[in-house]
Amino acid sequence: MAAAPLTPDPATLLPSLEPVQLLDNQGVLHEVDGYPLDLKDEDFRNLYRFMVLARRVDKQGINLQRQGQLGVYASLLGQEAAQVGGAYALDEQDWVFPSYREMGAALVRGVDPGKILQLFRGTWLSDHDPHATHFGLLSIPIATQALHAVGFAMGAKLDGKDLVVMSYFGDGATSEGDAHEAMNFAAVYDAPCVFYVQNNQYAISVPLSKQTKAPTIAHKAVGYGMPGYRCDGNDVLASYAVAKQAVERARAGEGPSLIEAITYRMEAHTTADDPTRYRTAEELAEWNARDPIARFETFLTKEGLLDDAFRAQIDDEAKAYAARMREEIYDAPHGDPLELFEHVYVEPPASYDEQRALLRRELEAQ
Amino acid sequence: MAITMAQALNTALHDAMEADDKVVMFGEDVGTLGGVFRITDKLQERFGEKRCFDTPLAESGIVGTAIGMAMYGYKPVVEMQFDGFTYPAFEQIVSHLAKMPNRSRGTVQLPVVVRIPYGGGIGAVEHHSESPEAFFSHVAGLKIVSPGTPSDGYSLLRRAIDSPDPVIFFEPKRRYWLKEDAELPVTTEPFGTAVVRRQGTTATLLAYGPMVRTALDTAKAAEEEGWDLEVVDLRTLNPFDAKTVVASVAKTGHAVVIHEAQVFAGFGAEVAAQITERAFYDLEAPVLRVGGFDVPYPAAKLEEFFLPDTDRILDAVERSLSF
Repeated sequence: MAAAPLTPDPATLLPSLEPVQLLDNQGVLHEVDGYPLDLKDEDFRNLYRFMVLARRVDKQGINLQRQGQLGVYASLLGQEAAQVGGAYALDEQDWVFPSYREMGAALVRGVDPGKILQLFRGTWLSDHDPHATHFGLLSIPIATQALHAVGFAMGAKLDGKDLVVMSYFGDGATSEGDAHEAMNFAAVYDAPCVFYVQNNQYAISVPLSKQTKAPTIAHKAVGYGMPGYRCDGNDVLASYAVAKQAVERARAGEGPSLIEAITYRMEAHTTADDPTRYRTAEELAEWNARDPIARFETFLTKEGLLDDAFRAQIDDEAKAYAARMREEIYDAPHGDPLELFEHVYVEPPASYDEQRALLRRELEAQ
Repeated sequence: MAITMAQALNTALHDAMEADDKVVMFGEDVGTLGGVFRITDKLQERFGEKRCFDTPLAESGIVGTAIGMAMYGYKPVVEMQFDGFTYPAFEQIVSHLAKMPNRSRGTVQLPVVVRIPYGGGIGAVEHHSESPEAFFSHVAGLKIVSPGTPSDGYSLLRRAIDSPDPVIFFEPKRRYWLKEDAELPVTTEPFGTAVVRRQGTTATLLAYGPMVRTALDTAKAAEEEGWDLEVVDLRTLNPFDAKTVVASVAKTGHAVVIHEAQVFAGFGAEVAAQITERAFYDLEAPVLRVGGFDVPYPAAKLEEFFLPDTDRILDAVERSLSF
């Protein structure tokens, strides 16, 4: 008996064996079938601008932590291209559901970095309005935000709105049950959702080889009946082009996709981590040679898109960002303790009156 | 007209979906089948597959996507098929459903209702008879509701769906077939209001959900002993109505808290502490707790020995009165 054809055909879902790369390590552009670049000069400049800003903001985050101004900070160094390229493929009405390392994506969405750092300072648990920038709250429990992304996308679909949701998570997150449930739900409901995995090689200290036996993370997509894509996550153009294709697919009602952007976390997991215990200087040097900004600079310079004036302009902007972050964070007082009771419930229980009164008495006694 | 708890809940879902097209209902087997207890019966037929739909078999997925849909602007009502299957969703409920509005400084609201058929007494296999309400009562950001009568089943579920805050709605599954003469729609007291179901003077029985009926039966049986027991139905565990509870205990001087869940660190401990803190001088005996034993929920043929019943409650009343 001849086997009935499978739907969807698994062969159509498989990721390419080689990660998609448009810009090689030397900054030379190669055309790749199926991934046309629809970018204008201004877009190229903007991608560069966001990556440089992300790196400067990130450095400021680390410095503020070292100066005792932040309790902890999770660096994105090395992941600028993956983050910026992915988010740049979205339109204004689209949404991002991040984990806690997505400062680059946050900048693209227009989130004020000073607001995000309030979380790491401990002023409040989060301090930006997701509805203002369509950028979800930073999600610390691993992979949990992927389900919120899918639910949001299901809502948009139910509402008949043209809206795509991108969920960022990491290689380690793909081991969590919520990542599995999210991808399965998204596929079952054809939710307009893109799962954007930044494979930065480590979940704190545990390498990808101990995380999964799958040939690649992108191959997992086949199990859910959605296409998997792999790209060089240190190539901002590939990260953008692959994301763009997945976003357009979702927008056209063809359902979700899984992207694996292959990159590397150049810094420690957070400022509380010591990466010398689990990775070598050689490995670091190898990835340093694939720096996402350096190769894009080479390309832009060759294309005549990057001159001294533009560099100076971005440098000024980055400095201003960093200065504003210092200003907003440095010695920022903690919030009003009485606000602790303000947002837990819209309709708070009567016991809050007693507890608020107790705290007020404690404050007055200080 | 005599209506059952199951009919009341089903009608509440129907009426809520009719009243507000942002209300959507999803979970395992809630669509075509109408739920394993038929609480969502005919909702898909009436409102279509977009507003009442079956999900993949994944409880974290159900609650996690409900959070996303609520962020979008919907009012999801989701069903956990059984109490013992709620635990995969625990992280989404505790870490996000309860906390995200506060985390967001009020910019995100999550009007989600998680319905959980709970409790035993129906001869079910393991994981189908548990009472996990204490786990959730311990979490700030959630409202915890458990109706004991069909009227409350209807009214509290309507209020839960209208609530801007997330609600864990515990449905007493052994009372799904409990009948009451009532006309729907019905509006009963709001959240945070306990109700005195039976006036009495000898001692106060405090119960919620499935144990309300048991407490009333016990009060009836106690008449033979010459005891006039008051029965307070807590209705919502959070918000907790300390006022009504304290007023009753002030009147009787004796309090016995009843629930199906194990006694150790159960919700009864909170009730006992509230009474002790607020009505110490009105008490003529320590607050006593009656519940399941501190063992895992037993096999079906043994559940009658585990679950609190009239005899165990009367025994506690006697201990309280003879203190």
